[in-house]
Amino acid sequence: MKKLRNLLVMTMMLLLTLGLAACGGGGDDGTVYRTLDEIKASGEINIGVFSDKNPFGYVDANGEYQGYDVYFAKRIGEDLGVKVNFISTEAANRTEYLQTGKVDIILANFTVTPERAEAVDFAAPYMNVALGVVSPSDRVIESLDDWAAEDEMIVISGTTAETYLIENYPDIKLQKYDAYATAKNALENGNGAAWANDNTEVIAFALQNEGYTVGIPELGNQDTIAPAVTKGNTTLLDWLNDEIAALGEENFFHADYEATLADTYGMDYMESLVVEGGAQ
Amino acid sequence: MPDLGLNVLLQGKNMARLLGGLWVALRISLIAVVISIPLGILLGILMAGKNPVIKAILRVYLEFIRIMPQMVLLFLGFFGTTRAFGWDLSAEFAAIIVFTLWGTAEMSDLVRGAIISIPKHQYESSQALGLSKRQTYLYVILPQATRRLIPLSINLITRMIKTTSLVLMIGVVEVLKVAQQIIEANRMVSPNAAFGIYLTVFVLYFLACWPISLLARHLEKKWR
Repeated sequence: MKKLRNLLVMTMMLLLTLGLAACGGGGDDGTVYRTLDEIKASGEINIGVFSDKNPFGYVDANGEYQGYDVYFAKRIGEDLGVKVNFISTEAANRTEYLQTGKVDIILANFTVTPERAEAVDFAAPYMNVALGVVSPSDRVIESLDDWAAEDEMIVISGTTAETYLIENYPDIKLQKYDAYATAKNALENGNGAAWANDNTEVIAFALQNEGYTVGIPELGNQDTIAPAVTKGNTTLLDWLNDEIAALGEENFFHADYEATLADTYGMDYMESLVVEGGAQ
Repeated sequence: MPDLGLNVLLQGKNMARLLGGLWVALRISLIAVVISIPLGILLGILMAGKNPVIKAILRVYLEFIRIMPQMVLLFLGFFGTTRAFGWDLSAEFAAIIVFTLWGTAEMSDLVRGAIISIPKHQYESSQALGLSKRQTYLYVILPQATRRLIPLSINLITRMIKTTSLVLMIGVVEVLKVAQQIIEANRMVSPNAAFGIYLTVFVLYFLACWPISLLARHLEKKWR
């Protein structure tokens, strides 16, 4: 018995040490991020994008990254005069990538929230987004106030939909998935009553998949999507803000929408989705 | 025959990408297996031994790895090492380290279990026959323990191959991630592709793991 207790104590100590080490590190020799000059000098920039979120960030049949976010990322590489390395990120690890400096910019449909703004620095927005809820057409969910206790809501871990539901509807049971594709499968297999996600996602999903209806097109506040950099990386942040303002002059994001999103959402949503020049 | 969307695999480089992803998964798991089996055997023999300090240290190591979900270990290995020590490991290298640590820990416990499962009279008979301690281990205990170990280690190896599906969380694009990418890229034109592609992934995993099972069966027969 005593042996077992010793063992437990030792394990706890080890875990604690590791935990402390994991929290305390980072700032010993200054910064984890690369400044604008360091990126330019290296000739490469690491940009984290989704690789399975058509039409924002995905990989086509030839293995090339494509989509609204990627279109912008490529332009950033061009204007900086560097090669872009695309890094495949998941919703749940985007902040971690920036905090450890493993990417320079996250352009993975990153919605600006106050909590995230404490962990990373957001540049000017380039897109609008709200939350939406999609459900099967034979049982459309139009309000969350009369949610049946036995029903479960599908969400993707680490998304705004998850945080919003936990805060505002703590009674709704959530079914969490790590990747977009698995969440989609779950809805199609009827594992949950509905799927809460960015409204662009659910609108596109309902347009493409017969038998599904967006019962709640706008839930919560209108949010924006913006590029994010590591906290404190002001040189890169300032450059991004200037870049977004300059791109507004040539209506870059409208062109981006036409090239990448029009096929999915049609032209009707262009003005409500696109934010040009970082304007409010 | 329902439409499984298998034609999607024939577009562009999709099939080659999927096989490339499988290769990434196999590379990570097999390198880890090759390192962790001999290491695990060594640690397992030490754990079955009598030195209390070594046993305690190995025990803590084993419990730590066993309690932690592999996902947490991957995050610690990839992001945690950067935060704590400033190391910038590549995602694949971090995955290989985590899988090796995991494989070694579990393998050592399997070896320990196999060794202590050999009844005491085997040791005593060997002693009575005049075998030295080293000879006892080499000619009596280890051959018997190895035979008991085969099915257990096959389980571990196939589990390591399948668990590579988690490394997508640290940005390694392996077979499952490629599958999800292909499904997503085609969700408008071929919504059924999910079935065909997951089926293909299943077949690929099966083809990767089955030869290992065959080898195990062969060894078990040979060493009976």
